[in-house]
Amino acid sequence: MTQLQTEILVHGQPADAEALVLTAPISFWGGVNPKTGLIADVRHPQHGIAVTGKVLCLPGTIGSSSAAAVLLELVYAGLAPAAIILHEPDAILLLGLIVAQEMGHETPMALRLDRQAFANLSNHKLAIDGAGIVNVQ
Amino acid sequence: MVLELTAEQQAIVNGSRGAGAAMAIRIVAATARLMGAPSLIPIASAHIDGALYHGDSGTLFAEKLVEGGAKVAVRATLNVGSLDLTGCSRNRLEPRERGMARRMMDAYRTLGCEPTWTCAPYQAGHRPALGSDVAWGESNAVVFCNSVLGARTNRYGDFLDIACAIAGYAPYYGFHRPENRRATIVFDVSDLDAGFLASEVAWPILGSLFGREVGDSVGVVTGIHHHPGDDGLKAFGAASASAGSVGLFHVAGVTPEALDLATALHHQAPETTIKVTSDMIRDSRHRLSTAADAASIHAVAIGSPHLSNAEFDRLEALIAGRPLTVPLYACTGRHALATLESSGQRRTLEKSGVIVVVDTCVVVTPILPEIDNAVLMTNSGKFAHYAPGNTGYGVIYGSMAECVESAVAGRPVFGAAA
Repeated sequence: MTQLQTEILVHGQPADAEALVLTAPISFWGGVNPKTGLIADVRHPQHGIAVTGKVLCLPGTIGSSSAAAVLLELVYAGLAPAAIILHEPDAILLLGLIVAQEMGHETPMALRLDRQAFANLSNHKLAIDGAGIVNVQ
Repeated sequence: MVLELTAEQQAIVNGSRGAGAAMAIRIVAATARLMGAPSLIPIASAHIDGALYHGDSGTLFAEKLVEGGAKVAVRATLNVGSLDLTGCSRNRLEPRERGMARRMMDAYRTLGCEPTWTCAPYQAGHRPALGSDVAWGESNAVVFCNSVLGARTNRYGDFLDIACAIAGYAPYYGFHRPENRRATIVFDVSDLDAGFLASEVAWPILGSLFGREVGDSVGVVTGIHHHPGDDGLKAFGAASASAGSVGLFHVAGVTPEALDLATALHHQAPETTIKVTSDMIRDSRHRLSTAADAASIHAVAIGSPHLSNAEFDRLEALIAGRPLTVPLYACTGRHALATLESSGQRRTLEKSGVIVVVDTCVVVTPILPEIDNAVLMTNSGKFAHYAPGNTGYGVIYGSMAECVESAVAGRPVFGAAA
C-alpha cells in the first residue's frame, strides 16, 4: 500500500472510493451532466463514465466559467465525486465547493497532487483522511 | 501567503453591510486564500455569469444573498439567462424548471444587476477602461475584456463574479498583476494564405487552434495584416476560451497591450514560438465538426457570442429574402434587438424562417427541437464545441455564408462566397 501526502485545497469529507483518472482536461459545464453525473463531452476520452462517488483526478480543467455551478449542483443533488484531486488549484471549479459549504452542504475534499502521480492511482481504491493523506489500496 | 484584509474589508466580513455582503466577501476571501492572493483590490465593474439555471442549487444561492440584503457595490451586467424574456423564442423547459429559472433571473435583478442578458456585454455598452480592475465571468466576455479592452480580470466563475460585485473587491492575483499579462508564446500565422486570413472563418478556426495550443498561457498572434474588427476578435476569443482556458491573448499591432510584438512579450524572449501551418488549420477546422459526413441538416445556429447588428446586416444580405428549408436560430441580446425592431429587420428575417433568440442561446437552454441523430450547422467555434454535449446535435462547421446556403437547401452546402 502506498501513501501519498497531498495539499488540501478545500476541506471536506474524508473519502474511501475508486480513483477515476481523466486522461484529458475537462470543462465541467458541457462536459459533465449535472442531472446524471456522467461525462457528457463526446470528444472526451472518458465520455459516458460517471464521476459520482469517484475520486476524480483532473489533469487540467478547460472552458466555461460555469464549472462551479455544475459542481455545486452535483453536490446538491448527491451526484458529486467523493473527492477531487487536481494538478493545480482552479478557482473556477473549486468555487462550487466553497459555495456548497456556505449553503450548508457536506462537501467532498479538493486536494492538490502533481499529475505525474496520477498514473499510480488509476483503477485503485483510495482512502483519503481529513489531513489529505491518500492511502492507495 | 497570508491574506491581509483592510479594516473596511474586515468590517464587511463582520456584518457591517449585512449578512448577504458578509457571505459574499467570505467567498471572495476563501478564493483569495485558495489562489494565494495577498490582498483584495477594489473593482470598477462586474459581468455576472451566474444567472443561468443549471439546477435548483444556483437559484437557492442567489436567493440566500437576496435574503441577506445584499446589493452590488459596482456596475454589474448580466450574462444570458435560461429564458427568453422578450418572447422572441420559446424553449422546452418543464414548468417547474422554468419557474426556478425565472426566480433565479429575478433574484439577480433584486441584487441590483442590469438585465442585459447577453454574453457580449462589450457590444452592449459595457466597456471598462484600459488598465482598470474588474471581475468578469463568461469565458468569452473575460477574454474580450482582458485582450481587446485591456481591462484586467481573471476568469471569474459563477458565484465569485456576483460575490465580488457585492463585496466591491476581488482577490489580487493572476491577470490583475501586470507581470502576468506578458505573452510567453508566439503564435505566428504569417505563413498562412492571405485570403484565408481575411475570411470570416479564419478567426473562429484560429481561435480554436490557439486555445488547444496555448491552454491557459498568454499568447501573442503575429503575422496579421488585416484588422479583424470587434466581431473577428470576439469569435477568436470565444473559440480559444472554449477549446482551451485562454483568459488573455494579444494580437501584435491590434490589441491595446500589443502595440508591437516586443511590447506584448514585455521585451523578453518567448518560451515557445508556434509557426502555424495550413495543415494545422485544416485539422483545426476538421475538429470543429462531429457530423461532417451528414447528408442533411436539421437546424442552423449562429450567435455565440451574441450577434452584433453588423452581423445581422450580413445575415440579411446573405439570405436576401429567400425562404429557409430548416430553421436558422440567430442568438442575440436586447441591445441588438432594439435596432432589429426599429429597422424592420426582425420581421424580414422571421419571414424567411429565422428564429431570433434573445436573452439566452441554443446551447444553454433547450430551444432546439428533440430529434434523433439531428445535425446542427454553425459558424461559431463555441457552438461547435458545446452543441454535441449540451444539445445532442451533431455539428457541421461552416462560414456564415455556408450556413445560410445550407439553411436554404436543407443540406450542407460548402464553398459559398463569403
